[in-house]
Amino acid sequence: MTSAALKPSRRAVLQAGVLAGGAMTLGLRAAGAKASVPGALSAFVIVRADGSVEITAHQPEIGQGVKTSFPMMIAEELDVDWSQVKVVQAPGNRAVYGAQIAGGSSATPTQFERMRRLGASARAMLIDAAAKGWSVPAGEITTASGRLYHKASNREASYGQFAEAAGGITPPKPESLKLKDPANFRILGKRVPGVDNRAVVTGQPLFGIDARPAGMVYAAYAKSPVFAGKLKSANKAAALAVPGVKAVIDIAERRDLKTEIDVALPGIEVLPQGIAVLANSTWAALKGRDALDAVWEGGDAAFQSTVAWDAAAAKALKDGPQKPGYINHGDAPAKLAAAAKHVKADYAYPFIAHAALEPMNCTAQVKDGKCELWLSTQTPEDARRMVALALGIKAEDVTLNLMRSGGGFGRRLMNDVAVEAAVIAKAAGVPVKLTWDRGQDFAHDWLRPGGWHRLEAGLDAAGNIIAWHDHFISYGRDGKLDPPAVIDASLFPSGVIRDYRADVTVLPLASTLGWLRAPINNAFGFVTQGFIDECAHAVGRDLVEYRRTLLGAPRAIPIAEEFSGETKADAQGTPYHTGRMRGVLDKAAAMAGWGRKVPARPGMRSGMGIAFHFSHLGYFANVVEASVAADGSVKVHKIWVAADIGRQVVNLSGAENQVQGSVIDALGAALGQRITFADGAVEQRNYGDYPLARMNEAPAVEVAFISTDFHTTGLGEPAYPSLAPALAGAIFAATGKRLRQLPFDTDLLKA
Amino acid sequence: MKLNINGKPTEVIADPDMPLLWALRDVLGMTGTKFGCGAGFCGACTVQLDGEPVRGCQTPVSAVGTAKITTIEGLSMSAWGRKLQDAWVALDVPQCGYCQAGQLLAAEALLRSTPKPTDADIDAAMSSNLCRCATYTRIRAAIKQAAAA
Repeated sequence: MTSAALKPSRRAVLQAGVLAGGAMTLGLRAAGAKASVPGALSAFVIVRADGSVEITAHQPEIGQGVKTSFPMMIAEELDVDWSQVKVVQAPGNRAVYGAQIAGGSSATPTQFERMRRLGASARAMLIDAAAKGWSVPAGEITTASGRLYHKASNREASYGQFAEAAGGITPPKPESLKLKDPANFRILGKRVPGVDNRAVVTGQPLFGIDARPAGMVYAAYAKSPVFAGKLKSANKAAALAVPGVKAVIDIAERRDLKTEIDVALPGIEVLPQGIAVLANSTWAALKGRDALDAVWEGGDAAFQSTVAWDAAAAKALKDGPQKPGYINHGDAPAKLAAAAKHVKADYAYPFIAHAALEPMNCTAQVKDGKCELWLSTQTPEDARRMVALALGIKAEDVTLNLMRSGGGFGRRLMNDVAVEAAVIAKAAGVPVKLTWDRGQDFAHDWLRPGGWHRLEAGLDAAGNIIAWHDHFISYGRDGKLDPPAVIDASLFPSGVIRDYRADVTVLPLASTLGWLRAPINNAFGFVTQGFIDECAHAVGRDLVEYRRTLLGAPRAIPIAEEFSGETKADAQGTPYHTGRMRGVLDKAAAMAGWGRKVPARPGMRSGMGIAFHFSHLGYFANVVEASVAADGSVKVHKIWVAADIGRQVVNLSGAENQVQGSVIDALGAALGQRITFADGAVEQRNYGDYPLARMNEAPAVEVAFISTDFHTTGLGEPAYPSLAPALAGAIFAATGKRLRQLPFDTDLLKA
Repeated sequence: MKLNINGKPTEVIADPDMPLLWALRDVLGMTGTKFGCGAGFCGACTVQLDGEPVRGCQTPVSAVGTAKITTIEGLSMSAWGRKLQDAWVALDVPQCGYCQAGQLLAAEALLRSTPKPTDADIDAAMSSNLCRCATYTRIRAAIKQAAAA
């Protein structure tokens, strides 16, 4: 995720109004938006006459917990009890709610203060209304648990009694509000179960795939498994003969769908050619699609092949880079020439897929020049604009029901399925639910790119790293690395190691790359931390002590022009703080008892590994204790995680859940996930050949949050990258085998 | 054909080959049972037939016969089901929540046969249900809490 892409693009202003029934609304609208907001859905806070409170959750809920954590921020400053609060989900509408993006772990850092001020603003208006009603100074009124108190005159009232009057009060300037001292927090930092938990465990329709508007038909979409392939033949009669199939519709390719979007990627403007099969059930639609027996040919990506790419990468490593000195900070060649010792290693990692459990789907209705969508998405505004462009209507005429996502991980930043569903629905003339099957979900993912790194470090006489050289190989178009495939010259150790050079080779690719949980970092963390282990090992140093020395004195490493270079827009590293890296490193080491003897386990070789990483504004370190059996299989016993996301954990329960899930997700990726191409298409078709971690592989995960005096930041991503290198370190400690490729080849670990 | 779903006789008009998953979701509108992989790998579509967890995507509706079907919508009819639901809520198990219906149906069958499961019992009973968010540590804790309730 590019940080530039996530900045709210419109200045927003606070406005309030009175709703029918004496409710006060406090919404947030873009400057210039109409003054009146019809209905409670466009408000963040509604206080009803009976004292109940409705808070709008406006961010896309993809499992990261924002539907709970954001209303908590408002409720804290509104000074109500959490039990008084009812949370309602907002539709996708940037003009009313401001930015609505689930990506880049950006929501909490960019909106924590804003949400708190929304709550504080509503509280101030209620206090003003009570002050007027009681003819007392506002400064003498206190609040607690949704009640107003004036101690001197012994008066009190519920918020509900002044809600209507408060609605007529001009909201205070957000910057004039005094926020609570965190020492007085009663909601933030506590363990608050997700607001949808009861609905989840009773099977209520929450997800995009659960939408069922009246008159809906089910659709499947046949399209080329090779990106932008063309239809050669299809047996429509056979599809129509499948019981339950109602119609087949040809859909033409579109390449003119480029629009102003939050998350820009090459290729997103394409609606692939295909045949929609409409039926009275998803099952019949998918059967009909299969009966088409569609044959495809050509395609921009027909040349793609993992075997050929591997050979091209090997050749580039042998022959030298296409772009020497792509990044050149200081004078790495001179430092390398003068170094006392050199360490060299080649690292590699594959494409991986998002594989969210809820397959890509969208329900759409197009009628009278307007469109209504029911969609699980991380970028609702993008979906509206893309669909509007595809249909030739205005974005304001696209209503988006923002549904809970059955997993995002970055896949639902892309709204290709919404465009397909809307175009099919327009042709069908009835509401359509389009569902991809699992094979399509893999075949048409926006993959985490694979990459290769040939690394060389120069060590001084004491064994410390003084120069770093990388030949980085990844994928791109027109000779340029694709945005998700760049080398990010701002990432650690760049900045700490001043003499840093990276050469680059670009392998051609034509299909879609995207952002996957802790993008770029999820691979670079493995490479960097693994190689630091190798340097420490080469000079017989302890892994923790060696890293402490490398980090040096606690200090902020600033964004420097020399560190920006070509990849400025994607810089996710600097500024970072070496003291915070050291803090999580030391904490994780202490939690796990780093340096202790690992217990012997019969028939197993056991060890511990440690790594840290900074990404998405969060600092994380892991210790992994693992064993390797004689057959090479890896068993992880326990993972310790130390986290520094600033001053305030918003929801301790949700935060811990994110961290535990992230490291086990990363464990699954390290042990088995790999997407390959043959004849232009993705070879993996289902979870059978793309294993995710399962219950029997999931170890205990102990998490500790360190509070530091920095802004509160997000948690969807930064816990992921440091797991794989810590696991590789544990395996090395156990077996003496250094694993330099993801996923780990456990055949190398046989006793 | 007639099915017994969550204790209620229910008439279903569907192709006999249609998997139970789709009969529930698309014919009957019971969307609590989830489509994940369509091939028996993920367990998102787990329902119970006469108390045994089965894959809804691999079970033709015609093969159900007179077996009693339990879905997530009927889980709270079981005492173990209610304990599990309460533990899931209290321990805040779900992240995205998409797999949890299947997880709960599998867990209920486990506790009915093994009221005090060991970690190995939980591994054996729960490892065929994927959680893409990897909430496994909490699923394990919630099963134990429900067992102790």
